[in-house]
Amino acid sequence: MLVAPSQFAPESAPALLELHGVHKRYGQLQVVDGLSLRLKPGECYGIIGPNGAGKTTTIQLCLGLAKPDSGRILLMGEPVPDSARHARLRVGVVTQFDSLDPDFTVEENLMVFGRYFGLRDAELRPRLPQLLAFAALESKAKARISELSGGMRRRLSLARALVNDPDLIFLDEPTTGLDPQARHLIWERLKLLTAQGKSLLLTTHFMDEAERLCHRILVLDHGRRIAEDTPRALIAEQVEAEVIEMDGEGLDAAEQLLRPLVQRLERSGDGLFAYTNHGAPALHALEALSGLRVMHRRANLEDVFLKLTGRQLRD
Amino acid sequence: MSLPDITERRRLRFFPIWQRNFLVWKKLAIPSLVGNIAEPLITLVAFGFGVGSLIGQVHGVPYIQFLASGAICMSVMMAASFEALYSAFSRMHVQKTWDAIRVTPTSLDDVLLGELTWAASKSMLSGVAILAVIVVLGISREWSLLLVLPLLLLTGLVFSAIGLIVNAKARGYDFFTYYFTLVLTPMTFLSGVYFPLAALPQPLQWLAQVLPLHAAVELVRPLFFGQFDARGWLHLAVLVLDLLLAWWLARTLTQRRFRA
Repeated sequence: MLVAPSQFAPESAPALLELHGVHKRYGQLQVVDGLSLRLKPGECYGIIGPNGAGKTTTIQLCLGLAKPDSGRILLMGEPVPDSARHARLRVGVVTQFDSLDPDFTVEENLMVFGRYFGLRDAELRPRLPQLLAFAALESKAKARISELSGGMRRRLSLARALVNDPDLIFLDEPTTGLDPQARHLIWERLKLLTAQGKSLLLTTHFMDEAERLCHRILVLDHGRRIAEDTPRALIAEQVEAEVIEMDGEGLDAAEQLLRPLVQRLERSGDGLFAYTNHGAPALHALEALSGLRVMHRRANLEDVFLKLTGRQLRD
Repeated sequence: MSLPDITERRRLRFFPIWQRNFLVWKKLAIPSLVGNIAEPLITLVAFGFGVGSLIGQVHGVPYIQFLASGAICMSVMMAASFEALYSAFSRMHVQKTWDAIRVTPTSLDDVLLGELTWAASKSMLSGVAILAVIVVLGISREWSLLLVLPLLLLTGLVFSAIGLIVNAKARGYDFFTYYFTLVLTPMTFLSGVYFPLAALPQPLQWLAQVLPLHAAVELVRPLFFGQFDARGWLHLAVLVLDLLLAWWLARTLTQRRFRA
């Protein structure tokens, strides 16, 4: 964790984003189901959940792009969607799919986007070097979008979301489709933003990303809150401390052997997962079995996620 | 950084969208202008002088003048339609440019107004280019031609608005072929661009009265001869009414398309 929660403004400080009992239905499908949350200033708040859990819809509701069926949303202290336009003056958004303008260069993308916030060119131009440096794209200022790699495009999307110097930035799966190098650079930039006091709301499928970046995490499934806490507290509360992963031959025998020795056993396809607070006795017992591949590790957020939302596919 | 409150500047919010499209156009301005001038020049020379030499006069005026006054309206219609269909659809659906703008204080209505004014502006470029060709070739050099310009702008706005209706319902580029072949091409023949309306059966003549292209041609044609149509205000009313109706429908359908 980056920052201790105690550094945040007190609960009484005006929240940048508040949801109270928000419902949203599309046809027969209840996409968001009584969701409440409150974002503290300076916080990085993560929303994790399987495909179709309602993450993107939640962001659309927060921005006033969709109207809730019931419930109340306040963005920058203003009611949404009624005053969404005004609230969005101080908000930045990085969408799930790049929507950079392919007709323009890197620099022009930033300039043109700033105008949508009512910024004049004379106000925007001095900010460009700073934004380009943040995106590590100084040498690409005159490049066309088609010349940029996936990582560069994401960084430009991020820089573009900062053109109005927002207090709160929404990031919908900011590192999906990036290679590890590109992903690490984005993480570093996001940490820099929280260090500058910006608030972030991000959705992600990568549990290590959520664990690394987020001060608090909301686990969302079927539009409902399943759990919400700091990554460490979630792991401590929801799952056992250690995990033994097994695959190969002799899974049935291992399952028999471990049942009295661990807290929880899960069979998934050709893998067996044992959850326990003390791995040593189980590991010792497993030495009797040959042909079994064994991996012993500490529990992480992914274990929490799989326990809370299940292992079945959500296509 | 202190931000100007763009929400206070209601009437100007569409302008950055117009400006964006203009900036893209500027990069390809020369080939675009060449097309704007070459196409009508070829049409006027081939049809006007070629077919005109066979026909001679129509309604007591040389065919080239009859044709030129209709063709300028048709070109504005086509230019506005291409921009409001193919180009706007690319920005809306393919490039997701509208989605990117929608998360800023500039909203969907502003985007649509920006697209409307841009498509009309671009159609004006075609109109002005053809008017220049007409003056240079000496087809008409009446001072009343100056009044053609605001009429072309109105015509461009009408067809941009209608195009945005089609855009709001489109699922792909193929959809636009129907609009061009089933709506615009027949409208051209019903609006007296190539031949007088009197050549058509009476019911079709009645139908023509509500068509925006017919209204535009009826308004523009007399100005080529330094004359004014006594029923001009009626045609003007048709254009304004068509514009208001089409704009309202385009807004409603676009809002519906984007309603998440």
